[in-house]
Amino acid sequence: MDDLTHVPADLPAWSKQDGAWRVPYWVFQREDLYAREKRTLFEGPTWNFLCLEAELPAPGDFVAVHVGEKPVIVTRDQDGQLYGFENRCAHRGSLLALEDRGNVKDFTCVYHAWRHNLQGDLVAVAFKDGIGGRGGIAADFCMSQQGPKKMRITTLYGLVFGSFDDEVEDIETYMGAAVVERIRRVMEGRKPVVLGRFTQVLPNNWKLYVENTKDSYHASILHTFFTTFELNRLSQKGGIIVSENGGCHVSYSAIDRQAEAAKAKSIYSEQNIRSQSDLTLADMSLLGSFKEFGDDITLQILSVFPNFVLQQIQNAIAVRTILPRGIDSMHLKWTYIGFESDTAEQRKMRLKQSNLVGPGGYVSMEDGCIGGFVQRGTRESPEERAVLAMGGHAIDSTDDRITEAAIRGFWTEYRQRMGL
Amino acid sequence: MTKDRPHSELLSLISLAQARYVREIDDGDCAAWPDFFVDDCFYQITTADNYKQHLEAGLMWMDSKNMLRDRILSLSQANIYERHSYRHLLGQPYIREVAGDEVESETSFMVARITREGPTDLFATGRYIDRYRVVGDDPKLVRRIVVLDSNQVDTLLGFPL
Repeated sequence: MDDLTHVPADLPAWSKQDGAWRVPYWVFQREDLYAREKRTLFEGPTWNFLCLEAELPAPGDFVAVHVGEKPVIVTRDQDGQLYGFENRCAHRGSLLALEDRGNVKDFTCVYHAWRHNLQGDLVAVAFKDGIGGRGGIAADFCMSQQGPKKMRITTLYGLVFGSFDDEVEDIETYMGAAVVERIRRVMEGRKPVVLGRFTQVLPNNWKLYVENTKDSYHASILHTFFTTFELNRLSQKGGIIVSENGGCHVSYSAIDRQAEAAKAKSIYSEQNIRSQSDLTLADMSLLGSFKEFGDDITLQILSVFPNFVLQQIQNAIAVRTILPRGIDSMHLKWTYIGFESDTAEQRKMRLKQSNLVGPGGYVSMEDGCIGGFVQRGTRESPEERAVLAMGGHAIDSTDDRITEAAIRGFWTEYRQRMGL
Repeated sequence: MTKDRPHSELLSLISLAQARYVREIDDGDCAAWPDFFVDDCFYQITTADNYKQHLEAGLMWMDSKNMLRDRILSLSQANIYERHSYRHLLGQPYIREVAGDEVESETSFMVARITREGPTDLFATGRYIDRYRVVGDDPKLVRRIVVLDSNQVDTLLGFPL
């Protein structure tokens, strides 16, 4: 799977005994490791989330996105199928798409007008045969042997994933049935509508954000908005699901106010965690959600290795893409969605609840800074190690959320894929 | 009627209100920020791309003065972030339309952010797309759509713009 001849010899040791529960801080700091992550993970046999199928409804539609830092184009060709390939001209490497999205007949490079079809094949070279018998391209040049690198594309309930490695396993096997089921729960049988797109620039290594999304332990401690309004206490019903390889997860909780209200209050005051029961909202319409699913789950955070998050927080539904930008920066792309079947009132509820999430969200803004706190806190301590021992050492699915099992799951799959 | 007042007078009233508005955010504690709005106001922060494509969601999306109050309450009581402040620089308001006692105006802004351990950074540029209701000499915001020029927001967006 991994071309070990390129592995730098001077990475520090990461003891096997550490497993997934002691993580050295140099993994967030090293350029050599980052170069290997891009090649082995993002361009290796993994599935990267690219876009929603609903963003490419018609033949000729395209979106320009990224896999890791590599610019790529996803298209729908005249045959109705989706294709993906590098956003890089076959000739001298210029970007082919210069807009984020649109509808085109083909991709003609602005530099020398080399033309690529919607599947990424090079189909025409300007002045190929020269003019008046002079000039033109070398006689042995073969167009079909040139072209941007293509991706394998797959879809799952309207989500489009791509891989630069044909050897990647099918998406259902990759995620595991339990995770697929939780995607189905949110997406099946209805057509998503994009409500807005925002990019958050985080001052931390991409893996610190991955840890954060898989960290069901922090949710009601760092994010005190929910705690304050008794929306998401760890004492609620809920649990986590960790995929077999470890890298995909679901964390969920279901509201059970009557049973939990009294108990939760005392649990939190005993632990000396910020929780002010006298704080009330002046406009409670923010929390007036509508029943959308056939269960009582009000919060479901789902991640797919390495770059995808699907979020349901009450009726605020979004997909997030994790894009590394060097060792200590990343982009988090938020796409807020509703569905075509939404009533006007339901749509308004989603817009209102979008205040909960995103770069300024009541229950997410802390995630924008916490990774930076770790990055800064550990900069001078590369050999020190984080402790991930909540819930023991295993990566099992559990019916409680006071656990770091899903984070250990990520590191398990990370070490295995990276050969670390 | 507002529509009968000279533009220069409306311009002056709106400029003054906006100067007080940014002072409340930059040099105050935002507690009086909701008071620049009418009760059933609409306040949204979005980006130029979303605005152009008529995508409705916002980084903030609030349709009552009480929601604005809740924002400030949450920032001071519930949310966690590193100490930081803004510095707004506003352009001259451009009055687009006056109808009844309401004025539609647009104003460009640049906002620097000063974070505890960091330098002064350029945090945001954009424009306010506003509708004011002018009663006497007191313009109140009926609607403010904050349209950021860039799609990117660095770290987090806590305080209003």
